[in-house]
Amino acid sequence: MQLIFEKSVQGRRGFKIPKSDIPLRTELPRKYCRDRDPNLPEVSELDVVRHFTNLSRLNFSVDTNFYPLGSCTMKYNPKFTERIANLDNFLELHPLLPQLLGGGMLTQGSLEVIYRTERLLCEITGMAAFTMQPLAGAHGELTGAMLIARYHKHKGNRRKYIIIPDSSHGTNPASAAIAGYNVIVIPTGKDGCMDMKQYRDKLNKEVAAVMLTCPNTLGIYNPHIKEICDTAHKVDALMYYDGANLNAILGKCRPGDIGFDIVHLNLHKTFSTPHGGVGPGAGPVGVGENLIEFLPISRVIKRSDGTFALDYHKLNSIGYIAPFYGNFGVILKTYAYILFLGKSGLIEVAESSVLNANYCRTLLKEFFEIPYVRICMHEFVVSAIRQKDKGISALDIAKYLIDKGIHPSTIYFPLIVKEALMIEPTETESKQSIDRFVEVMKEIAKLAENNPQRLKDAPQTTPVKRLDEVKAARELNLKWTGGGYY
Amino acid sequence: MNYVPHTKEERDQMLKTIGVFSVEDLFKDIKEDLKPKSFDIPEGKSEFEVIEHMKKLAFKNATHLINFVGAGFYDHYIPAAVDALAGRSEFYTAYTPYQPECSQGWLQAIYEYQTAICGLLDLDVANASLYDGGTALYEAVMMAIRITGRNRIIMDSGVNLIYRTMLYTYTSNLSIEFVETPVIHGQASRQEIYKYLDDKTAAVILQNPNFFGVIDDCSDIVRKSHSYGAVVIESVYPLSLGILKSPGSMGVDIATGEGQSLGIPLCFGGPYLGFMATRKEFVRKMPGRIVGATVDRDGKRGFVLTLQAREQHIRREKATSNVCSNEALCALRAIIYLSLMGKQGLRELAQLNYQKSEFAKIILDKIPGVEVKRSSPTVNEFTVLLPMNADEVVNRMIDKGFACGFPLGRFYKGMDNYLLVAVTEKRTKEQIVKFAESLEAVLCS
Repeated sequence: MQLIFEKSVQGRRGFKIPKSDIPLRTELPRKYCRDRDPNLPEVSELDVVRHFTNLSRLNFSVDTNFYPLGSCTMKYNPKFTERIANLDNFLELHPLLPQLLGGGMLTQGSLEVIYRTERLLCEITGMAAFTMQPLAGAHGELTGAMLIARYHKHKGNRRKYIIIPDSSHGTNPASAAIAGYNVIVIPTGKDGCMDMKQYRDKLNKEVAAVMLTCPNTLGIYNPHIKEICDTAHKVDALMYYDGANLNAILGKCRPGDIGFDIVHLNLHKTFSTPHGGVGPGAGPVGVGENLIEFLPISRVIKRSDGTFALDYHKLNSIGYIAPFYGNFGVILKTYAYILFLGKSGLIEVAESSVLNANYCRTLLKEFFEIPYVRICMHEFVVSAIRQKDKGISALDIAKYLIDKGIHPSTIYFPLIVKEALMIEPTETESKQSIDRFVEVMKEIAKLAENNPQRLKDAPQTTPVKRLDEVKAARELNLKWTGGGYY
Repeated sequence: MNYVPHTKEERDQMLKTIGVFSVEDLFKDIKEDLKPKSFDIPEGKSEFEVIEHMKKLAFKNATHLINFVGAGFYDHYIPAAVDALAGRSEFYTAYTPYQPECSQGWLQAIYEYQTAICGLLDLDVANASLYDGGTALYEAVMMAIRITGRNRIIMDSGVNLIYRTMLYTYTSNLSIEFVETPVIHGQASRQEIYKYLDDKTAAVILQNPNFFGVIDDCSDIVRKSHSYGAVVIESVYPLSLGILKSPGSMGVDIATGEGQSLGIPLCFGGPYLGFMATRKEFVRKMPGRIVGATVDRDGKRGFVLTLQAREQHIRREKATSNVCSNEALCALRAIIYLSLMGKQGLRELAQLNYQKSEFAKIILDKIPGVEVKRSSPTVNEFTVLLPMNADEVVNRMIDKGFACGFPLGRFYKGMDNYLLVAVTEKRTKEQIVKFAESLEAVLCS
């Protein structure tokens, strides 16, 4: 498709700028002005509408396709929460209003939403307090790592390391490193869980924290989780729970009860706020009593008269991590989603997401290698090593799924499984859509035997065929610089 | 219902296929002593009930005030087409375009966004966006440190205090030395910056327009900084770039900013849009997702995520940043907004903001005891010196129906009587006149 820039016609307009009602024509001094207009397209409103409508149709999305993308929880995003987020009284509120003298009373509704969401997340996770400020899951991790640093600094501990199993999300080590820590990686044992002997060996008083992704990226709930926590606490290392994928454990267990000190959640996964083509999300962080004083400012508090206010007077706080109170639009949808589901609805999410994953896993195990054979949580990993022997890779499988109208599972992740396909059906998918997916996967297993070229040639039905990613990285073309359409 | 489609029969069939008797059997790895001590969540409600509840909460917010508060976050008009297009669920229910063949819509939109951001800033390359203007500035600092291998940062105190505070939080465990230099007559003090500038300086951070709304041509600072091998970072207000000299044309190395003014609602602080652009030679040091053009097997143009070797899912603890997302939906709003405005529209809009703000300056200046600071030019936000505490004035103006500005005493010592006033294209002549009348009444009472 042509770029919007390629549709540009000199002098064409897409928006009527209001006429000035001011009896004044001053000019900004020339020396501060740009000497030519910015390079933007000149198109009509219809050009814009048609262009972006047509672009939208080139995407797979949850609303159009089954999307079993492991680790991403691509469940159905309710429409009513969109309507709520678009209420003018939420949408048009300036974030600085509550910081004006007397302004707090003008924003009681939004402050209450934040306060109540924090309380609900505390109850869901068993943590003592939450900050809603982190703007994404990885941002939550970084906040958590900074909380860890502040805790130890406050106690006068000198700690250099954070322990992370190799089955964690890639963001865990990256976040720890950016906060100033060195990372100790613990390999995965035969049971798909962190190797306990190596863990005990590496744990000492220089370790600031242990970050666990749970369930891990193999979809396994670590049965030794309590022991891992208790061992860490003996050396005053904090326990961090990567709760990006909380779907499977809603109402089944709570990180706070197990003894975790910090947890981050991805609202765009478990709490079904739309992923938005990757962002905006939200990654709120919960902590135990021992870390509340370090949480970022401001905090939303409830006063004795029942009103809500912002509290900045937190001496030991790590400071500001976001300009305001978090991605408020995302928090709103989360709050509404939890109210809608309620207690039994949340438990149903956990049960059905685990049911769907295990059902799918059971049906696939005949055709694909499953490296860790056991009951899984919300997702599982299969390996295409059998198909690899015939020259078919996880990538080929992914591309054929596209031809069948299914968004591919996550591939080549986790890194510890060869030719990995990480599959997460989510609870909102029906038995029929999983059955169809399994049928396509069976067909793929057969094609790998009989007609591997068909898989190599996939996808055929998409606007473009397989793209040359090497060329993209070598001959960087990161913006349009003129030239024709090809 | 809870959006789970299974009937009881289907559930039983699925359990049978798995070979277990009950759903509980699937949770055996969670040992009995780890079951929740409490799960006291209210029972679910219907869609209608939740919406009614939310409407009640919404009405506890007051949005009737006529808004003159900016401070980096502005009340601009958002064309209906932005909402309609960004509201298409083929966009908002998709995810990371790791599979480019079925994500060309998103990838092309981001490529177009990158192109528009580069056009606006006059820089070579932009990333696919970051969380917000503050985190973008932090990422720019880390990038400057990677580029120069140095660790001193000189920061003009005209940079939004919210961002300065965020920078201090993020770098508190790292050995980075910050020097803040004062603002003189509303603009960055050259003398003070040059006093600290040396061959250990990684970056000089500026903001244009700065927190006081004042604009500047910082070409001289850039030249001097480059002569010491330092990188210049500038945080900018994108809508003002319809008329203002661009960071690229002033020689700035990394430009960042808050994209909220480009068709994104104020929404009580987020989601917003952090943008970042830089010069070609620094592209591999730039954090965040980047979309590139390439060709498919048939030689047809297509788009992919590129330079992923910098990123956490491959590099883990050695990644350039832990960022694994962008604010795609906000970036989409920005490219739709910029396409609708076009080059002429954006210029005219920025001019309109400027004109209205200049008009407000004249009117406000006529109030006895009020002094509009005029030492340096501004675009659509300016500082007013009041004869009394600005916090008090703001408080009393709320009763008159105005959010009349941001009291600078909150952020700057000794500025208790200063008010920062923003005037966008949405403010009518009538509102501005009324604003001045109300302010006069408040000051006289």
